[in-house]
Amino acid sequence: MNSKISFRDVVKTFPLKGATFTALGGVSLDIADQEFVTVVGPSGCGKSTLMSMAAGLQEPDSGSVLVDGTPVSGPGPDRGVIFQQYALFPWLTVRQNVEFGLKLASVPAAERRRRAEQAIALVSLSEFADALPKTLSGGMKQRCAIARAYAVDPQVLLMDEPFGALDALARVQLQDQLLQTWSQEKRTVLFITHDVDEAVYLASRVVVMAARPGRIHRVIDVDLPYPRTEEIRLSTEFRRIRNEVWTSVYHQEAPARSA
Amino acid sequence: MAVITPAEKTATETRQQRPRRSRRRPLVLNAVALAAGVGLWAVVAALGLVEDLPSPTAVAQKAGTMISDGTLASDTWASLRRVFIGYALGVVVAVPVGFLMGWYPMARALIEPYIQFFRTIPPLALIPLAVVLLGIGEVPKIAVIFLASFMACVVSSFQGVIDVDKTLINAARVLGAPDRTIFAKVVVPASTPFILVGMRIGLGASWATVVAAELIGAQEGLGYRMQKASTWFEMDTIFVSLITIGVLGLVMDRLLLLAERRLTGWQERR
Ligand SMILES: Nc1ncnc2c1ncn2[C@@H]1O[C@H](COP(=O)(O)OP(=O)(O)O)[C@@H](O)[C@H]1O
Ligand SMILES: [Mg+2]
Repeated sequence: MNSKISFRDVVKTFPLKGATFTALGGVSLDIADQEFVTVVGPSGCGKSTLMSMAAGLQEPDSGSVLVDGTPVSGPGPDRGVIFQQYALFPWLTVRQNVEFGLKLASVPAAERRRRAEQAIALVSLSEFADALPKTLSGGMKQRCAIARAYAVDPQVLLMDEPFGALDALARVQLQDQLLQTWSQEKRTVLFITHDVDEAVYLASRVVVMAARPGRIHRVIDVDLPYPRTEEIRLSTEFRRIRNEVWTSVYHQEAPARSA
Repeated sequence: MAVITPAEKTATETRQQRPRRSRRRPLVLNAVALAAGVGLWAVVAALGLVEDLPSPTAVAQKAGTMISDGTLASDTWASLRRVFIGYALGVVVAVPVGFLMGWYPMARALIEPYIQFFRTIPPLALIPLAVVLLGIGEVPKIAVIFLASFMACVVSSFQGVIDVDKTLINAARVLGAPDRTIFAKVVVPASTPFILVGMRIGLGASWATVVAAELIGAQEGLGYRMQKASTWFEMDTIFVSLITIGVLGLVMDRLLLLAERRLTGWQERR
């Protein structure tokens, strides 16, 4: 199996009061093309650090991060990133936000317009295309951020707790919307969350991390079929996997069974 | 930032309604307060409670003659010209310097000690030095005003760059923006609110400085007119000049406030 993203013995430290703090102490992980992988773990275990290295915003101290077999050397339009804080440009309208990346890619105006419109429709924001972010709810802001990432058509989506600040209802809606678009145009998704239900519902594999030093604790396969439905969410098999993930997140001192 | 749709909806609704009701009432109250103040002034003047205090009507008459003989216009123009030149120069220099300091740590390290030091000196305290170094023409006055507006503006545009949300910069980077695009399309717009606040403070400082600068060797200007009037005990002239200074300062501040509202209307909070 060719891996789309691979982390090889990634170590990342930060200086901390004269000492060094090991945020990631040798993480290895392979993510296949078109795979949907979620990462859960206690806060501070290095989830965001891991993702920002795939995004090219940070570099590992040692080890390597490869995308398509090539070491990551900086951010690029082949990898779309979605942040928890939405990170919309507040002075631009929804449409202008979505066109931002297309302008950078020198897409001609007419084509740009068309692709932006398409991405905005995909997240059901067409009505609000000319609205400023401040007039949108949290869920709508995140949908706009997703459209902005989709518009440049990246092969990889890196999402750092994207639905973490939303209420339960908006979160479930966005999860379904995300899975739906993923089933239409398969991308490789690395999705970070602190919500165990979300991790299991979305992924074909859940990576559970542990802290101090940040490392992979367990990788749990989710043998549930796509498309994921409410029926699946309420099934006993879902609950079983969810309990397994929960236990390995919250009772990490317990001896880990091999997955 | 965790906002739930319904809550935000009600927030926008009340936001739309409230200004209409609560903006009119302060205006009425403002007018009442002003009228009461002038009335009190008239009473105090009529009763002679304060020696040499001119009555509102005397001041209004004086204003009429100063308008018709053109002295008010030429004084106002002289003061405004100094302010505009000094202020504009200050802003034009301060904004790039502030950006430079915010963007390049080395520039900050080189410039900041001077900024911090000169910031503690009130611009007015530099007038004697400016007169000695630059004479008593237009140059020293404009130089001091320049310094006043520069100091107010440089700090705020520097702060604006420093305070740009790091995730916005990262969001632009992951969409493929090179540094210069990040600067032009993210840092500049994101720091505009700070710069405009600095510009307002700078304008206030410039206006305060021009009047004081004119107290020293000038041929015309609102400050000069007051200085001259005070030697002849022309209280009404002093009052006309003072009121003109206040009104002009207020008008300029409101114009900038209007520009600020226009340019930074995208902000989440105000
Ligand atoms: N730029 C940084 N400087 C210093 N410490 C950092 C930095 N970024 C992250 N860390 C530390 O590294 C650890 C992992 O951070 P992060 O990847 O954000 O964790 P998570 O996303 O899992 O909550 C945390 O303890 C955090 O304090
Ligand atoms: Mg994080």
